[in-house]
Amino acid sequence: MAIVEVRDLRKEFGGTAAVDGINLVTEEGEYLVLLGPSGCGKTTLLRLLAGLERPTGGDVVIGGEVVTDLPPRARKIAMVFQSYALYPHKTVRKNIVFPLAAAHVPKSEWAAKVEWAAGILGIQRLLDRRPRELSGGERQRVALARAMVREPQVFLFDEPLSNLDAKLRTSARDELKEFQRRVGITTVYVTHDQVEAMGLGDRIAVLNAGQIQQIGTPEEIYSNPATTFVATFVGAPPMNIIRTDGKLVGFRPENLLPLEAVGSRDDQLVCDFEISRVENLGSDRYVYGSIPALDPEAKVIAKLPSTLTVVARPDTREKYAVELDKLRYFDPDTGERVAPDQRTRTP
Amino acid sequence: MSRIDADTTSAAIRARPARRRRYALERDGVLGSLMLGPAVLYLVLVVGYPLVLAIMYSFSDVTVGSSRFDFAGLATFKTAIHDPHFPAVVAHTFIITGISQALVVVLCTILAFTLAANFRGKWFVRFLVLMPWTTPVALGAIIWLWMLDSIFTPFNWFAQQLHVIGPGEQLNLLGHAGLATASVIAVQTWRTLPLATVIVLAGLSSIPRDVEEQAEVDGAGFWRRLFGIQIPLLAPVILVAVLFGIVFTFTDMAVVFILTGGGPGDATQVLASWAFYKGINGGNLAVGAADALFMFPVLLGLAIVVLMMASGRREKS
Repeated sequence: MAIVEVRDLRKEFGGTAAVDGINLVTEEGEYLVLLGPSGCGKTTLLRLLAGLERPTGGDVVIGGEVVTDLPPRARKIAMVFQSYALYPHKTVRKNIVFPLAAAHVPKSEWAAKVEWAAGILGIQRLLDRRPRELSGGERQRVALARAMVREPQVFLFDEPLSNLDAKLRTSARDELKEFQRRVGITTVYVTHDQVEAMGLGDRIAVLNAGQIQQIGTPEEIYSNPATTFVATFVGAPPMNIIRTDGKLVGFRPENLLPLEAVGSRDDQLVCDFEISRVENLGSDRYVYGSIPALDPEAKVIAKLPSTLTVVARPDTREKYAVELDKLRYFDPDTGERVAPDQRTRTP
Repeated sequence: MSRIDADTTSAAIRARPARRRRYALERDGVLGSLMLGPAVLYLVLVVGYPLVLAIMYSFSDVTVGSSRFDFAGLATFKTAIHDPHFPAVVAHTFIITGISQALVVVLCTILAFTLAANFRGKWFVRFLVLMPWTTPVALGAIIWLWMLDSIFTPFNWFAQQLHVIGPGEQLNLLGHAGLATASVIAVQTWRTLPLATVIVLAGLSSIPRDVEEQAEVDGAGFWRRLFGIQIPLLAPVILVAVLFGIVFTFTDMAVVFILTGGGPGDATQVLASWAFYKGINGGNLAVGAADALFMFPVLLGLAIVVLMMASGRREKS
């Protein structure tokens, strides 16, 4: 059964649409990531799901029930905010108990529930501390424990990792994934960080300007982007897009490799790559340049793994190749993906 | 490096007194004391000097009529305490301050929540709420004196409509001990409410929105959010607001002086007005000063609480 469903959802703020006609269905127990740049409407969409904003149009369905007009507390959801929003005047135990008290769960059951949640997250020894005595990672765990005690139908996460420093973020991400695996509750997770999205999501919905550009598994999003926006937003460095023959052609930087390294085959597009700059990042080398024969304007990046020892020097012209089935074609007007075309075989 | 070199370099660094003077203002020590100066001067002249004078007077036998200044030890304090009215005056001071500030706690919280909400004409309501604060105490008290007049007060009409009193009867608000005390309490509440409201309103806007929304998502209804989250988070701010109110009410003599003159009898006499009547009207400056000094321990205690809270807050952040 679909846990969360959104139908033609719109939200306008003073005439501009933050969420512009979104349709979305989650699957039971799935981890759905809403990914997009800031201002794309992903947080507004999450707040609409939570009931913290009222939509201008459309419906929100949670657990088969239309909840569009219901307040947050009637929605059986749990939300974890970016700041974790722990109640600063309450101990960890009282923080965790708060949703139980609000739901009028009998007091006799509280201790067992707290024990259960604290056990899953490993925070038993923190129960009598106050939020300000906790580290960032501990706060996340407390926020998760508070979110799970009510046994919600769905978890909503609003960029929960963005307040943590880079080192902690990796382990916290790990914990989030492990947590969801153990609890198995449908999760909607908002982030602007594609690494988080790729690492956590069963599916990713890429948003831009209040609309969904594409929904799919991380693999689909990465290798078959539906629009040039998705192609350039997901992946670092982004997909190369060149305009040739009245079409937009895209290929990932790691698929553009020196011919010398991959060897000549007949399912390749071979071109002269004019190298302007080389960055050595340790595990990879980024080679910046352009392909004058196809599109002298477009900047093109090739990503060479450090295992390739081919020499790449600035201000030289080398033969580089892309496998033909790695090429993606887009409509130059709409930016949408179009079917491959045999004409561009040999430029 | 040769010694001569070193000498000339250090000389070059140390020299240029003109330059040093030019940037003297930018040193924290200099600029800080310069900017604190006026405030310190003000406090010494307006607070420090009268306080020292009052303490000196209270240990003497000074009167308005004589210029003699004899040290009297604790005798003046004994005279002040042994006055048969003294316990009642102290009691009135605590009753009026206590009840009015208890009302302020409740009302300022309600008002602050009201003003934090969005509604039409909010600026006008804010303006009205702030009005009493902008009115000088004496002016406000005089307006209330007219409002509470035994014959012309509108409260007579309300009481008649509600059948509290019969037609043609009068409340005599300032002529009845209980009603006069209630009147003073009401005016003190009216006067100290705006500042408390503004302070709590500021505190309210400093509660993170996330935390309030979290409570909403966690399933808390209006009352649970109010008493479980908002008021506990506001408590320190409310305490600050009320501490100010206590100081203003405890030390105020203008309202009692103008409204009731301490009467009927001495039913509304408070320490401040009592000190004034004894010291200035009665001519016994020493006893007046001693009476006024009885406010000192209470105010000192409050000041310590405020300072402790301020430093506690600094440690937290």
